[in-house]
Amino acid sequence: MAELNVSVVAVDRNVWSGVAKSIVAKTPDGEIGILPGHEPVLSLLVNGVVRIEPVEGPRVVVAVHGGFFAVDSDNVRVLAEVAELGSDIDLDRAQAALQRAKATGEESPEDIEAARRAETRVKAATSITAAGLHS
Amino acid sequence: MGAQLRVYRRRIKSVQATKKITKAMELIASSRIVKAQQRVDASLPYTLELQRAISAAVSRGNSKHALTTVHDVRRRAAVILLTADRGLAGAYSSSIIKEGEALNALLREQGIEPVPYLVGRKALGYYKFRERKIAASWTGFTDQPSYENAKEVAGAVLADFAKKFEDGGLDEIHLIYTHFINMGVQEVRVRRILPVDIVEATEAEASEKLDTKVFPLYDFEPSPEAVLDALLPRYIENVVYTAMLLASASEHAARRRAMKSASDNAEELIRTLARRANQARQAEITQEISEIVGGADALSSASSGS
Repeated sequence: MAELNVSVVAVDRNVWSGVAKSIVAKTPDGEIGILPGHEPVLSLLVNGVVRIEPVEGPRVVVAVHGGFFAVDSDNVRVLAEVAELGSDIDLDRAQAALQRAKATGEESPEDIEAARRAETRVKAATSITAAGLHS
Repeated sequence: MGAQLRVYRRRIKSVQATKKITKAMELIASSRIVKAQQRVDASLPYTLELQRAISAAVSRGNSKHALTTVHDVRRRAAVILLTADRGLAGAYSSSIIKEGEALNALLREQGIEPVPYLVGRKALGYYKFRERKIAASWTGFTDQPSYENAKEVAGAVLADFAKKFEDGGLDEIHLIYTHFINMGVQEVRVRRILPVDIVEATEAEASEKLDTKVFPLYDFEPSPEAVLDALLPRYIENVVYTAMLLASASEHAARRRAMKSASDNAEELIRTLARRANQARQAEITQEISEIVGGADALSSASSGS
């Protein structure tokens, strides 16, 4: 069966790479799912989570900030300024950061940005544990 | 112990202490070069992919982007200098500053007003001492720059680039940094980062490196223009980040070299001082012997004479 070669690359390191069955990402126009044989796409990503279904092992969830991704002939490259594996995120700390961000309110654009980032991280961390429960 | 000998011994001790320090700094710098190089390598995949994506977007989108068009009238240019925060790195910072002076002169000749943006305490010190006007400066991260730092610098120049000339807007942006070629060779490079004009070069480069001749017919979402709009600022940030990483590797290499020659000099100095100390000691002994012999001689001649 056809597979996707996926690599998730952050500015300063390779976050994850491997073969996958499918990948779901969030673009400004909405969610997009990529299966093997997809047409070439180059799209921006909104800050959020990218879900990768590897051929082996549990689902991989990556929190992505400021990125884009390119698909061509079953090679998927996700590039981001900041990319973190859901399994690497400390849920308690992420939640604390979210609480803090919510407490400071949404006065400046930076605050809103911080709150969004915190939320994404929490989402990534929780969905990885949820996926862990199902499998 | 003779006074001369004591002075020599004291100097040897002090030079030995200095040598220990320079040796330690040399070792630290060598280990940091390796780390800095690893960081350069780690940032490479992102850089290549970004260049590829931009080339693809440019080849598809036919619109002229604000960041790629050369201004008709060039009146003001930013000059970003990447220097070190700390000294003891030989000519590392001063060669950057020197190159900056040369570029400033060149720009003025063409009727363009150079505006300095300084990174690193050394450049800041140089400009402050001469009481020159500085557009912006950043310090405290040159030996280990993070992407956040690069983003800050790139963001500041991009914001100024977008302004109108009357409000302090810029027509071009030049970056002066030290390129790390290998452990032994680093060279100062001047690069115009805005307006971006390397698009076609990167296309060839990227396809060469990634081993694909033609770009696939990407479906751009939301549109080629929107993708380009979002990616070009990232590209500038990435260029600054890469330059910072290379500069920090070069800084450590320059420091290692400077500290190595300092250690070697100390070694040499210790050797000559030890020789002189030995000479002084020998002279002292000879003198003592001749004093004793002289004394004994005088005694015996005095007793035989009486």
